[in-house]
Amino acid sequence: MSLIIDRLTKTFGKQVAVNAISFEAKAGEILGFLGPNGAGKSTTMKIATGYLPPSSGSVRVCGEDVVEHSLAIRKRIGYLPEHNPLYLDMYVREYLQFIGSMYRISGRKLAERVGEMIELCGLGLEQNKLIGALSKGYRQRVGLAQALIHDPQVLILDEPTTGLDPNQLSEIRSLIKGISTYKTVIFSTHIMQEVQALCDRVVIIDRGNIVIDSPIDALQSSQSSELTHTQEVEVEFVQPLDLALLQTIRGVFGVEATTVNSYVLKATPGTEDIRPAIFQFCCEQQQVLLGMRQINTGQLSQYGNSLEEIFRNLTLNRILH
Amino acid sequence: MWPLFKKEVNAYLNSLIAYIVIAVFLTGMGLMMWVFPETSILRYGYADMYTLFSMSPYVFMFLIPAITMRSFAEEKKAGTMELLLTQPITDFQLISGKLLASWLIVMFALLPTIIYYISVYQLGSPVGNLDSAGIAGSYIGLVLLGGVFTSIGIFASALTENQVIAFILAVFFCFFLFSGLDSLASLDIWENAGLFISQLGILYHYEAMSRGLIDSRNLIYFITIISLMILLTQLMLGSRKW
Repeated sequence: MSLIIDRLTKTFGKQVAVNAISFEAKAGEILGFLGPNGAGKSTTMKIATGYLPPSSGSVRVCGEDVVEHSLAIRKRIGYLPEHNPLYLDMYVREYLQFIGSMYRISGRKLAERVGEMIELCGLGLEQNKLIGALSKGYRQRVGLAQALIHDPQVLILDEPTTGLDPNQLSEIRSLIKGISTYKTVIFSTHIMQEVQALCDRVVIIDRGNIVIDSPIDALQSSQSSELTHTQEVEVEFVQPLDLALLQTIRGVFGVEATTVNSYVLKATPGTEDIRPAIFQFCCEQQQVLLGMRQINTGQLSQYGNSLEEIFRNLTLNRILH
Repeated sequence: MWPLFKKEVNAYLNSLIAYIVIAVFLTGMGLMMWVFPETSILRYGYADMYTLFSMSPYVFMFLIPAITMRSFAEEKKAGTMELLLTQPITDFQLISGKLLASWLIVMFALLPTIIYYISVYQLGSPVGNLDSAGIAGSYIGLVLLGGVFTSIGIFASALTENQVIAFILAVFFCFFLFSGLDSLASLDIWENAGLFISQLGILYHYEAMSRGLIDSRNLIYFITIISLMILLTQLMLGSRKW
């Protein structure tokens, strides 16, 4: 039931869309796949569904390679492509029956399944309409119903929540949450709150490279400790110094004495490294510095930020994890 | 493949395309068979259906590309191609589903012309003085010709996402293969290769079948061209993987 991506690379001509990425989505897990536009999310998903072949590396679904066992794998995958393509001149019911029959569901079973999907995706009132007459939110539900009709083990959703209003958003989210208990779900999105609300695990990619692959609670737990924002340096002098004197170092806002002649200096978040300032302070005051050790760089404070900030940090500043 | 076939046939019947194609074909053929003096059977005076079988290919040359032009081009444009290609069917099943559906529409257009046969049969003197075997052969030839044109149209549609381009390409390919090769063969630069070139064209084999002679060589020719077109279409669909 798991989806394993192993050193997957995809190049289009000279352009590297996906660069040797590896990650795994386990059964019963919702994996949020994040990245700015053009990061390679859709490409990765297209490869996972067998629509595009990888340049190198592999994707395995339920232990089988998607290239070698393409047809068998396609039966186990539910896929909602980006932009949610639909036949606008078909009726909702007709369309779901068509997709269902493509998966060799037939007769009573098909009618039952279509009914269940309409129920599950809240299409009851719209079931006899032309897809072209539906609003975007309802079309999205039809797309989702289409991806779910054959009860796939792995669900790949490429930006399933774009263009939905807040109510629809929370409905679709709870829908995804509901079905995920016995399926592997991997979905891409731009919306960070969604990842925080839904996912068990988050993978952020930028320009084809993975910058973060981490369980969501590991990212969130560090959020509680405000201290990680602060830059901390432990310094040791030959003799004890006045705390007030140490406060005068540029950028320092707090001083704590640890032993007789060593102190922990704290700097406000956002300031540059304070060690040069400390050194200069010693020169000016003619104090002999025995040691200086960085306890907390403040740079790692990215984990303390909201996921949105993490995303921005990672993808804008290109700080690699 | 059959679900797709069913969906395609429904799409044709639910849109106007099928009805317009059938109506235009029947109106055109009806006028030529019974009204226009140059080609009318009533003026001509012989109980045969030469007009239908000689003019139909030229009408099909425009109507069949009009049927097939949307088949892949539209899917590509709407993005539904991605949806189809991630369904658990092979590319071959996908192409044959579409091919058979369009071919069926062509046969729907041909079906009412049986009435012409009955009319001519009744008009003969004595009644029934008609080369029925030849007509049966011609019908088989026409159905196969429709199949070849359909497969050419499907291939042209797989080449582009623009339906107009698909249509124009298909008309050109159909024309070239049907009578273009035959006309080329009549140039006197080929020496002995002339017959071979004309044998590459559809007209040569179609005319042979119109004589009521169903030769396996002609059948094989039609089937080969259809298979070749399916193969080329498959290559085009596979080109996304290159």
